[in-house]
Amino acid sequence: MDRFALDVAHLFAGGLVLVSFMLLYQDRMFSLLNIFALHALVVSLSVAWQAHIQSAPHLYITAAIALIVKAIVIPVVLHRIIVQLGIHRDIDTVVSIGQTMLGGIALVALSILVMHPITSAAGTLVREDLAFALSVILLGLLMMVSRRNAVSQVIGFMSIENGLILAATGAKGMPLVVEISVAFSILVALIVIGIFLFRIRERFDSVDIHALDRFRGEQP
Amino acid sequence: MSDPGSYVVKAILIIPAVSAALLALLPDDRTTARLNVLGTLLTLLCAIGLFFVRPEPGLFLIVDDVNVVFIVLNTFVGFTTSVFSGSYIAHELEIGRLTPAYLRFYHAMYQTLMFAMNLALLANNVGLMWVAVELATLTTVLMVGIYRTHEALEAAWKYFILGSVGIALALFGTILVYLAASSVLGEGLNAMAWSVLVQEASAFDPALLNLAFVFLLLGYGTKVGLAPLHAWLPDAHAEGPTPISAVLSGLLLNVALFAVLRFKMVMAANAGALAPGPLMVTLGLASVVFASFMLYRRHDIKRMFAYSSIDHMGIITFAFGMGGALANFAGLLHMIFHSLTKSAIFFSVGHIAQVKGTQKMVDIRGLTVSHPVLGWGLVLGVIAIVGLPPMGLFMSEFLILTSTFARQPLLAIALGAGLLIALGALLLRLNGLAFGDAYGSDAPTQASFVPMFTHLGLVLAAGIYLPPTLVSWFQHVAGLLR
Repeated sequence: MDRFALDVAHLFAGGLVLVSFMLLYQDRMFSLLNIFALHALVVSLSVAWQAHIQSAPHLYITAAIALIVKAIVIPVVLHRIIVQLGIHRDIDTVVSIGQTMLGGIALVALSILVMHPITSAAGTLVREDLAFALSVILLGLLMMVSRRNAVSQVIGFMSIENGLILAATGAKGMPLVVEISVAFSILVALIVIGIFLFRIRERFDSVDIHALDRFRGEQP
Repeated sequence: MSDPGSYVVKAILIIPAVSAALLALLPDDRTTARLNVLGTLLTLLCAIGLFFVRPEPGLFLIVDDVNVVFIVLNTFVGFTTSVFSGSYIAHELEIGRLTPAYLRFYHAMYQTLMFAMNLALLANNVGLMWVAVELATLTTVLMVGIYRTHEALEAAWKYFILGSVGIALALFGTILVYLAASSVLGEGLNAMAWSVLVQEASAFDPALLNLAFVFLLLGYGTKVGLAPLHAWLPDAHAEGPTPISAVLSGLLLNVALFAVLRFKMVMAANAGALAPGPLMVTLGLASVVFASFMLYRRHDIKRMFAYSSIDHMGIITFAFGMGGALANFAGLLHMIFHSLTKSAIFFSVGHIAQVKGTQKMVDIRGLTVSHPVLGWGLVLGVIAIVGLPPMGLFMSEFLILTSTFARQPLLAIALGAGLLIALGALLLRLNGLAFGDAYGSDAPTQASFVPMFTHLGLVLAAGIYLPPTLVSWFQHVAGLLR
């Protein structure tokens, strides 16, 4: 594989990790959505590039799905939901943003340390892609645990899915099943978001997960 | 594709799928519950047919000696639960907890769940198996939230978030397995076909397999409900409709465990890879000890039995983690008996909660006086689940303990302590629930007792006498599990 193709693939994968960090420090709902759209855009570019250099045309479908559904439809829908519910205020964090960023850096270092030695047999591209993909997944998990708000948790989950797409396309020649499944899960994620957000609104007048804690069914 | 086996396998998948579509479309009346029962019955008959005709393994679907046991158990409990669900749902409609529109949704989801679980068990492609487990997770999320109360929503949300994260980790593990396989088998479907993976596993890169298994164990382990990944389980069991609690405990946890077992077999076939046993033993033992202590502090009856499910999934994971012919045999038996007993308990608990109008244990007393059949059913179920003789679970727990004593006495002591602590908690609660003066409503129930007593009868019969053909069959399967 020529050097240029590798460098561009690197650029996109590295860019995805960078955008994951940007997701971590957003404290406004709308900017969070915009950054998530950027996240999805980067992942779709990365997948499209992989489709090009692996000459695997079916990956273009995955790229298109990521672009249309995750970069456009979901952010727009979530934007409308947020406006309708009137919850475009600041995002409550459990841990302060500085600490979250430090944790994020540690997670990236961890995933590179874990993935590099064991994928030495695989090609350079696979190696770097998997290390970055694991970083994105771990950063997504970090985002889910450090936010109280339902919308940010859903976005954290979808960024994990983006990391999985990166990993799946990095593993060369993986059958279409996974692409279909990821597309499927995006669709379902959308349904679930709709159902849950509206139901949560109906019952709690808030999408703050903290409000849910009051209803632990364990009181005697 | 003229061989009859492939038609049977397709029928197992198509019947639930078609029933789901029909139930979603048909207008709501009494026939839908019956159609639900009919769908699960036909699926059960096809599953039994697998004992007689069996297709050649393909790249997507496979029937082998291991998954036949799981499929038959799955379709059987699916069938009995649909019978129970008929009478349970009729009552829910009467008191208006469910509207007819939701009933349609509920039945369609029930069949979709059966479809997803059967697909997960039949899948030969590890990616397809993952998709099926995800589908099963999402349908149960929707069913847990169906009552739309505060508690149900919180439970569904928690389940959704934790389940999805687990599923995401499992997908990453699946990708790593593919990566390890594709360097040996080449790209394409072969590198995802489980039957090929097991045969060729010795040539895979052990380091990559190790990392993959950690992700798979944590990912699918979340779905099994192993401590410390169990947080979703008690809420999801307590707040959803009781038939769903029965199916969750009795079946879905097994399906997730089955996924772990499949990958454990791949690991075991590779000499250089980490032994999967100790990891599973640790998680299993942690679940047993943790859940048995947590049983003492429960106030909600369904929640208590949900913790008991964590306890038992821990025991089963422990047994499979110990490995070897005897422990695997005992683990397999324990899994089957647990499915039957726990779903029977949920059948009785469902009706109890309906007549008493509450799930709080302080408000449920003297059941054997006010509702003798239900009450004694519960007593029998609890006696079975804590592992007292002569029920089947006594035999399987005894086998697990003795085989562990022979190899790792310290682990056996820890496991035995966990079992005794759980026994104490459940008997203590049972005493309050079943005996003493009756309290609360003593209205008669329109319950169907057949599913509950069928399950308990099977567990009792197996505890007293297990036919030699069954024993040799299970020994054969246990040998395959390694």
